[in-house]
Amino acid sequence: MTVTAKESGQEDTSGPGDAYVPSARRLERERYKRTRARRATAIAALSTLVTAAVLYLVVVGAPGWPRTKETFFDGRYAREALPKVLEGLWLNVRLLLVCGAAVLVLGMLIAVARTLRGPVFFPLRVLAAAYTDFFRGLPLIINLMIVVLGVPALRLQGVTVDPVLLGGTALTLTYSAYVAEVFRAGIESVHPSQRAAARSLGLSNRQALRYVVLPQAVRRQVPPLLNDLVSLQKDTGLVSIGGAIDAVRAADIIVGRSLNYTPYIVAGLVFVALTIPMTRFTDWVTARMDRQRAQGGTT
Amino acid sequence: MHLAPRVLRRAVAGATVALLATAVGCAPQPEDDAAAKPSGSTADACARGALATETAGKLTVATDQPAYEPWFKDDKPSNGEGFESAVAYAVAEQLGYDKSAVVWQSVPFNKAFAPGAKTFDFDINQVSISDERKQAVDFSSGYYDVRQAVIALKDSKAAKAKSLADLKGLKLGAQVGTTSLGYIEDVVKPTAQPAVYAKNDQAKSALKNGQVDAIVVDLPTAFYITAAEVTDARIVGQFENRGGTPEQFGLVLDKGSALTPCVTAAVDTLRKNGTLAKIEQQWLSDAVDAPVLK
Repeated sequence: MTVTAKESGQEDTSGPGDAYVPSARRLERERYKRTRARRATAIAALSTLVTAAVLYLVVVGAPGWPRTKETFFDGRYAREALPKVLEGLWLNVRLLLVCGAAVLVLGMLIAVARTLRGPVFFPLRVLAAAYTDFFRGLPLIINLMIVVLGVPALRLQGVTVDPVLLGGTALTLTYSAYVAEVFRAGIESVHPSQRAAARSLGLSNRQALRYVVLPQAVRRQVPPLLNDLVSLQKDTGLVSIGGAIDAVRAADIIVGRSLNYTPYIVAGLVFVALTIPMTRFTDWVTARMDRQRAQGGTT
Repeated sequence: MHLAPRVLRRAVAGATVALLATAVGCAPQPEDDAAAKPSGSTADACARGALATETAGKLTVATDQPAYEPWFKDDKPSNGEGFESAVAYAVAEQLGYDKSAVVWQSVPFNKAFAPGAKTFDFDINQVSISDERKQAVDFSSGYYDVRQAVIALKDSKAAKAKSLADLKGLKLGAQVGTTSLGYIEDVVKPTAQPAVYAKNDQAKSALKNGQVDAIVVDLPTAFYITAAEVTDARIVGQFENRGGTPEQFGLVLDKGSALTPCVTAAVDTLRKNGTLAKIEQQWLSDAVDAPVLK
């Protein structure tokens, strides 16, 4: 970068003869920096190429590659699978939206219940702690089996037997336990002085939590929350235990008929493609929140 | 450029080198193909008790776990009871391997047709033969002609179905990867999306819980389920064969396996000399008949 006259502390007399001329030493330094940058780029490119070439040769040179290729990368099956997988994916997306919202609300309620002070709330704290312990420990697949296949067996009047609704309930139970812990960690990471300051300004305990502690807690916990949401997005597929056809099960059906694995690859890529925009979106939200805080906080 | 501390850079460089070394180190494993095994004419290659099997002198037979009745009994394929267990031992006998030389292995359905070296000589798991599947694996000739049937709870409206048209408006279920599901999609073409289960067990509980109106399974399984497992269900009827050719179960072998001709010859002999019919009579005699839905 070059430095303007103003920055280098010289008088800006705006005469044509007095234009700033960078010194020879400065030019030399800049040239040197440029060559270093070029060299670094060249080395990075070369090492990337070598790595890619080695991986390519190892995979394609493997004796089983032709067989693997037709079993996992068959264009005909990819074309057949894509529409069916996307149709199934719609179920995953709907489950993600509904369960995601429910999980955030429920997780927040449980986290707040666990951090309430005062002896009167003791049973609530114990219940919330027991809930998180139990549902974090219970394997999701078993939770789903119990809810999706067990609840209808009770033959309760007015309780749904729809496998998607039941599966969504099971997902919400497990994931709200995870998310509650994330929120709780966030709440406890806010320095006690914040709460004390809020209380000394005359805010009630509830107001301090609502306006001072929670906003900071949630902002800090965006990355782990996103982790849990991406994880939830992939686990929505497990509701297929109850017979619903999601993206993975749609692939499964074609695989079972044809004994060709390409549909699994298609389903996998579709899920990855769904995760990437989600990650970018949350990065953008976090950046925006940071900017707002920087503008509003310091002056 | 921001320079990382020297230690970190060394670690990264070291890791990269290690990665590349590993990649190169995974030297391709030459597959022991037919060339490494004794070859020759079919008669010679099928020398009794001396086939080019996975373990010399043993015949390794695979099936899924749990192994269901009436194909196997008590989830023990090695007891020789149940239709497929009996067939496996009859085929082994025909190939010159007595009961003690047969080793069972549990292999999930999905893994039985994965590319790469197989750990078994053949797999017996109610796998229907189809041209499409022949792209991925070898099949012996068929050892059982199978038909598909519909089961529903006795007191449901599904139980009164007399034709394919009566099934159209129902919520049907089947196991994934089965031809039963193919029959629902291609023959019944129901208005509601079928429920697809990973295992027949889940399809059974869904039927009991009223989450589906009816499920489709193969006829012997249908007889077993209605007789022993879901006793308040009955067989509504069976389907005609798709495309007029009988659907058959075949033994699954690795694609291009040297054993395929021998195993096929053994199954053909067992069919000709009436052994298969006898085994079927013994284990699947209940699966007599059910009304055909048209």
